[in-house]
Amino acid sequence: MEWETVIGLEVHVQLATKSKLFSGSSIEFGAEPNTQANVFDLALPGTLPVLNKKALEMAVKFGVAIDAEIGLKSVFDRKNYFYPDLPKGYQTSQLDFPIVGKGSLDVTLEDGSIKTIGITRAHMEEDAGKSLHEDFHGETGIDLNRAGTPLLEIVSEPEIRSATEAVAFLKKLHSLILYLGISDGDMSKGNMRCDANVSVRLKGEELGTRAEVKNINSFKFVEKAINIEVARQIELLEDGGRVVQETRLYDSEKNETRSMRSKEVANDYRYFPEPDLLPVLIDEAYIEEIRATLPELPDTKRQRFMNEYKLSEYDALVLTNDLATANYFEAVVLVCGNAKLSANWVSVDLQAYLNEAEIPISESPVRPELLGGLINKITDNTISSKIAKTVFEAMLAGEGNAENIIKTKGLKQVTDSGAIETMVATVIANNPEQVEQYQSGKEKVFGFFVGQIMKESKGKANPAQVNQILKDKLSK
Amino acid sequence: MFKSGIAELSRSLAAGEFSSEEITSAYLARIKEKDKALNSYITLCEEQALAQAKAADATRAKGEASLLTGIPLAHKDIFCTAGIKTSCGSRMLDNFIAPYNATVVENFNQAGVVTLGKTNMDEFAMGSSNETSYYGPVHNPWDKDLVPGGSSGGSASAVAAHLCPAATATDTGGSIRQPAAFCGLTGLKPTYGRVSRWGMIAFASSLDQAGTLTRSAEDAALMLNVMAGHDPKDSTSIDIATENYTANLNRPLDGLKIGIPVQHFAEGLNADVEQKIRNALSEFEKLGATLKDISLPNSHQSVSAYYVIAPAEASANLSRYDGVRYGYRCDDPQDLEDLYKRTRSEGFGTEVKRRIMIGTYALSAGYYDAYYIKAQKIRRLIKNDFDNAFAEVDVIMGPTSPHTAFKIGSQTNDPVTMYLEDIYTIAVNLAGLPGISVPAGLVKNLPVGLQIIGKNFTESHLLNIAHQFQQATDWHTQTPEI
Amino acid sequence: MSISADDIAYIAHLARLQLSEAEKQEAALNFKNILALIDQMQSADTDQLEPLSHAIEASQPLREDIVTEKNQRDDLQKIAPKCEQGLYLVPKVID
Repeated sequence: MEWETVIGLEVHVQLATKSKLFSGSSIEFGAEPNTQANVFDLALPGTLPVLNKKALEMAVKFGVAIDAEIGLKSVFDRKNYFYPDLPKGYQTSQLDFPIVGKGSLDVTLEDGSIKTIGITRAHMEEDAGKSLHEDFHGETGIDLNRAGTPLLEIVSEPEIRSATEAVAFLKKLHSLILYLGISDGDMSKGNMRCDANVSVRLKGEELGTRAEVKNINSFKFVEKAINIEVARQIELLEDGGRVVQETRLYDSEKNETRSMRSKEVANDYRYFPEPDLLPVLIDEAYIEEIRATLPELPDTKRQRFMNEYKLSEYDALVLTNDLATANYFEAVVLVCGNAKLSANWVSVDLQAYLNEAEIPISESPVRPELLGGLINKITDNTISSKIAKTVFEAMLAGEGNAENIIKTKGLKQVTDSGAIETMVATVIANNPEQVEQYQSGKEKVFGFFVGQIMKESKGKANPAQVNQILKDKLSK
Repeated sequence: MFKSGIAELSRSLAAGEFSSEEITSAYLARIKEKDKALNSYITLCEEQALAQAKAADATRAKGEASLLTGIPLAHKDIFCTAGIKTSCGSRMLDNFIAPYNATVVENFNQAGVVTLGKTNMDEFAMGSSNETSYYGPVHNPWDKDLVPGGSSGGSASAVAAHLCPAATATDTGGSIRQPAAFCGLTGLKPTYGRVSRWGMIAFASSLDQAGTLTRSAEDAALMLNVMAGHDPKDSTSIDIATENYTANLNRPLDGLKIGIPVQHFAEGLNADVEQKIRNALSEFEKLGATLKDISLPNSHQSVSAYYVIAPAEASANLSRYDGVRYGYRCDDPQDLEDLYKRTRSEGFGTEVKRRIMIGTYALSAGYYDAYYIKAQKIRRLIKNDFDNAFAEVDVIMGPTSPHTAFKIGSQTNDPVTMYLEDIYTIAVNLAGLPGISVPAGLVKNLPVGLQIIGKNFTESHLLNIAHQFQQATDWHTQTPEI
Repeated sequence: MSISADDIAYIAHLARLQLSEAEKQEAALNFKNILALIDQMQSADTDQLEPLSHAIEASQPLREDIVTEKNQRDDLQKIAPKCEQGLYLVPKVID
């Protein structure tokens, strides 16, 4: 039996506004409990909501970026349920008339192919507060600072077929919202959260019953949670069981999903249009105004990098995934003019260091001007690529620019052909045995000579010149 | 002094006949003496009132008084008042002291008005007789065995009994106009969105509107001048310029086209009440108006649609009363469910619980389309009826209520009969229109109200029409003996 | 349309109301009468009509994205039934 996985994602993105969706309270992270909850956030009687202009702009911006239909008339609804972190007893959300309708996202899969994944809708809604379960004499403490924080809920079509596709989709979405500047996408702070609707079916058959997996708060866990849930469902079905439509919580410590029984009871949310708010009416002119503020988006930038800098699709993809990386790369190219070397240095050497040190590129100790200067020293033959790594290490250690490091460490490349010829002659003279081997057709020993010469020059001899002169001398 | 409305008091204050402090003290004393029999106030704001009165007198001494500076008023206990209890007639909020003023209250404070107290009301404004209040029923000053109408029964009783010159009130399905009719007052419900709802405790958000209970149309105009206007804190308050509502009071009514909806004169209307209304309409003819029969063919559907929409909105609006952040909380909750259920069951009265249940039912899975959506469609039908009527006439007139005030306790066991009390007024809220009830005679010494319905944002015209009627008649000056 | 005791119990639970036996019986009776009143709507032909949520058809006004609120926790928690360390307390929530 061949099973096929069907996944739809619901992603909650916290919009990067200053104030809440419907009140003037701050949404800054990390404040003392309930110091950012005003009379509206606490649902005091008689208080009323007014929509945040910026949140609307951000939602429309997202819609325009994914080429979605924008709701010219969008309507807020009340979703009714009782929970202590929901002060009004309803969440203000959008049901039938969301601000963003159908759109799509192009996702590059592991094999390099591009898959278009449909986005069903995206709508604005309020976040809930937090329940703190530390023991307050057996009671739960409620902090409502987060209540009313603006969220954009993005819902994908069930077109995702594997956990790795889901991760690729999320990473692309993450990249996009950062490009758009509508969220910081920080999953560790819960500013981007993901629920996955997972089902399995035999190839070609109808959709199976889905389970909604909640509480997935990192890219790593998305993959793990989906895989474990898929495995659970397949095992269940192969044993003759049935999948129950339910909400399941992912436990990252045990790497398992488990049923959230408390949420199962009576999900009768009694949605109806929020009478305290009017329909949000926007026109084409407004949409065009927002379209005009769109930055260059990842796909366009990738194409441009391929055209303008003659980069491979892979290099272009790696560099444009993250806006800060793309900007960094372009700043390096501006200094050195060599796109290929810049791409290698940024995506390999620099990235390796940043990953290891776990710091974002925006905080890289080597600024683009420094890296560009280093590349200049390679292209003008002052140093070899190999020596450049030594210089780069020194830069990371904060020892200044390439020029100074080369000077103080005496790393300048030897390009004087006279000097190189002398070194070549010495090495040939000292190794007659290898000369004989080479001349009898064992060309592999050529590398041995290069190594000896580089050793002699402490790595500073220009490799191209060494190759040329060595070849000449040995063939004589 | 107690016979004077706002306009007269304003003139007396300006002429220096007496000070605000004197008027305020006199009213406070009268309330203490007379209100035991009426129960029209929940809270008396003695200290604050005297302080406000002194401040008003000081403002006047500096020559900075406005028309309303130093005038004492009462606020329906649905408007939040900073530092003063706002109960909404409910045990749920018996201990609730808002840290803010409703925009309406704030506007009156800015104008130098003195708040005498907070008036009794049906719990969460749900009622047509003021019998659902946690603080007990209010009595009608015309006959203490009768109801004053509701839900703004406390405001109506207090104004009619001269326990304040005028009062604020709210109207969701007739809660200003019906008590005005029962107590012989002028009751104005402005267009939906004309007056801010911020700080006014919500019953049904798309229907609630603040207005006035006064002794004359002129007083209503003076109050509306202070209350009306766009409030950036209320998304449903409409940003349309206000008018000077007293400016057009004296315009003649020549050529006024009055529509008489046949449905408002059909079966169920008390014959004596009908006669008074017909007499009033003749009076308008004398003033130069013409009458034209019109049809509001779906008006009989308005009560049905209302009892879906209002409870549905209320069921969600009242979810916030959960015993967690303010208000009543049950003793010693065993678990979260127990906290919610006992808090809400002990904190809300019977009628409120009934409407929460109806609203929850109408919105619940499987019933939403048949009830809620259907009601919203009927709502459009009713609005269309009015639009069609207003293509032919300037205003619509008829009885405010099918009969005069009824006995306390006579309808409490029959919610449906009680709901039908508002049969002539409810459609106006569903359509968002402005309406005013003015006294149009007495039947067996009980007041009868004439309802005048206008097009959106024509409060100025409605007040002009009501004022002209009051210049020609003296029904509004009739007062009960207390 | 009539309503069963189970329906009443379900609705009461959704609304987080606890009704006594007497109240449940009273509710069932009143529901029957009130639903009869409400059901009169079904006679109206509304097929061609759009539902109307607000009488005034206007657009939602927008607020600038500015933080206007200060910390009012102390004042706001003065009127709260139960607080500790700045938190509102409720009986233990079990997920």
